[in-house]
Amino acid sequence: MSSGRTLYDKIWDGHAVAPLSGDDWLLYIDRHLIHEVTSPQAFAGLKQASRQVRRPELTLAVADHNVPTIRRKLGVAGIADRESRAQVEALERNVIEFGIPYVPLIHRQQGIVHVIGPELGFTLPGMTVVCGDSHTSTHGAFGALAFGIGTSEVEHVFATQTLVQSHAKNMRIQVNGALGTGVTAKDLILAIIGQIGTAGATGHVVEYCGEAIARLDMAGRMTVCNMSIEAGARAGLIAPDEKTFEWLKGRPLVPQGEAFVEACSRWRRLRSDPDARFDREVVIEGPEIAPMVSWGTSPEAVTAIDGRVPDPKEASDAGRRAQIARMLDYMDLRPGQPLAGIPIDQVFIGSCTNARIEDLRAAAAIAREGHVSPGVRALVVPGSGMVKQAAEAEGLDQIFLDAGFDWRDAGCSMCLGMNEDRLNPGQRCASTSNRNFEGRQGPGGRTHLMSPAMAAAAAIAGKIVDVRTFGV
Amino acid sequence: MTGVAAPLPIANVDTDQIVPGRFLKGTTRDGLGKVLLAPLRYDPDGREQQDFILNREPWRQAKILVTLDNFGCGSSREHAAWALADFGIRTVLAPSFADIFYNNAFKNGLLPAKLEAGAVERLLALAGNPATCLLKVDLEAGEVTAATGETFPFDVPAEKREALLSGLDEIGRSLKLEPAIAEFETRHLPGVPPIPNGKF
Ligand code: SF4
Repeated sequence: MSSGRTLYDKIWDGHAVAPLSGDDWLLYIDRHLIHEVTSPQAFAGLKQASRQVRRPELTLAVADHNVPTIRRKLGVAGIADRESRAQVEALERNVIEFGIPYVPLIHRQQGIVHVIGPELGFTLPGMTVVCGDSHTSTHGAFGALAFGIGTSEVEHVFATQTLVQSHAKNMRIQVNGALGTGVTAKDLILAIIGQIGTAGATGHVVEYCGEAIARLDMAGRMTVCNMSIEAGARAGLIAPDEKTFEWLKGRPLVPQGEAFVEACSRWRRLRSDPDARFDREVVIEGPEIAPMVSWGTSPEAVTAIDGRVPDPKEASDAGRRAQIARMLDYMDLRPGQPLAGIPIDQVFIGSCTNARIEDLRAAAAIAREGHVSPGVRALVVPGSGMVKQAAEAEGLDQIFLDAGFDWRDAGCSMCLGMNEDRLNPGQRCASTSNRNFEGRQGPGGRTHLMSPAMAAAAAIAGKIVDVRTFGV
Repeated sequence: MTGVAAPLPIANVDTDQIVPGRFLKGTTRDGLGKVLLAPLRYDPDGREQQDFILNREPWRQAKILVTLDNFGCGSSREHAAWALADFGIRTVLAPSFADIFYNNAFKNGLLPAKLEAGAVERLLALAGNPATCLLKVDLEAGEVTAATGETFPFDVPAEKREALLSGLDEIGRSLKLEPAIAEFETRHLPGVPPIPNGKF
């Protein structure tokens, strides 16, 4: 008796081209996003072997990781750093040579790959989506199988429009009930990673379901899927529903009219069968989740805002004890210290996790209540030019500027510290990004991950605070 | 392959540790060996940290890295594999690896070998002692042998082992399946809207 298939199984089956050796299959790729940092070596490999890009029309290029968030009007010429400029120029040469659709730096639709892909309707339900960037999992919010790949794989997709893959295991994370007031998708995914750990989903594709997931808007679903990689998952997925279709309707690359209606009826079938078997299941109670803040240098090192920094002495084994001690040393925190009240130097509201219009609205709602604390530098970096435009149309830019925040152009910015937006050694940052690794936001920098509203509240208070008790 | 093994007894070594973002500005695969594990190897002024293992003899010549769980987690940057390979590392021994790094490693002739946690503990101790840090990694046999005569089996999928041993050109192999890809596309592509070039 065969059991039903999961959503992941169905997308896999629909894209399996041919078996290879062992567990490996050739999997067809519908959508390939590329950017300036992980593509140049792939193009070089392609040229060296005199190969072509098989399906440039299924590919989309944008520069986002290593671009400045100021002087954007100057385009590539405005990139002061010589190496960074050379990288973007290489991308521009390569997209012309291989005929790949490209969103130029000065274009109003430029932005972070994982923000503009969905925004343009490049990502559609049921598709396979890859990019030389681990947070490609973001696109799973639309019921697409989306995952990050290395540069050799980028070259493989260029040449063959396929990838060598083995079928991952299935995992389901069900989130019951509704999230409380002031608790967001970011808090939910941080709580999940805190519970299952950074390797908790290694080898698995995670499908998120349950009431709390159904209630999330598309931005929230993208935030959840985005950080699946931080739990080690190959990909994160959410079955598409009417909210998904409503969000997609009318976007530039989405089928229009009759074709859209037809597509929706196909997309409605994209769900796991009721008798589908998951290799691993986790159930989370949504109402029990509080706003979360990370205290260490791994995304699993999180606790509720009313919690305390752990004491290594209380760890279960020697390895864990050493790990916590090392993290506290790097973060300059004391065992048992309350999270609330830790003073901060910088605030970063941005990244593919939390730089959509919904995130900026949540941050602005807090920003309008006060002014950035003296001595704190606070950056707001919209996820895309479209997000920036929408925010300006709503007057959010003015709210941020009046409150003493910097208002920048779209890009990855301080998420990974490749451009000049970074932390100085020893500086502490309240950040809406996804990684708090040592040095991620600049050598010696200390990152506390949290939601946009929590980060905005930290900017104003000058320290980490509970947004639920913050002035509003 | 026989070489010096360096112990790195840290779990969750992420790709930002292996190659920090600020070193990703190049357009070639070369030259990253000198920034491998930069945050651990160098002080903020760029001077070598005297006590870090890769800055000491004989581990400066390390060909093998012994480390803990979830090595290579984080970003998909293949620069991590390039940096290890450029430094001269041919094998990483650990109880587990993050998925993307694991794949990237094989594509660069680098073997990520999974061993039991107990074996890794022992190997860390052996690697930390200059007298016993020489290890032999036998890919065909799936076994690490120490100078003490101890052996430790490791796990590597058969197809990955073959690919490493034969120096497989994966793209070349996939291109041989061109007829299957083309046939798949005639069925599949009508449902995948193309992106017009020059739209943006
Ligand atoms: S915002 Fe950060 S995580 Fe997202 S794509 Fe850019 S660098 Fe990667």
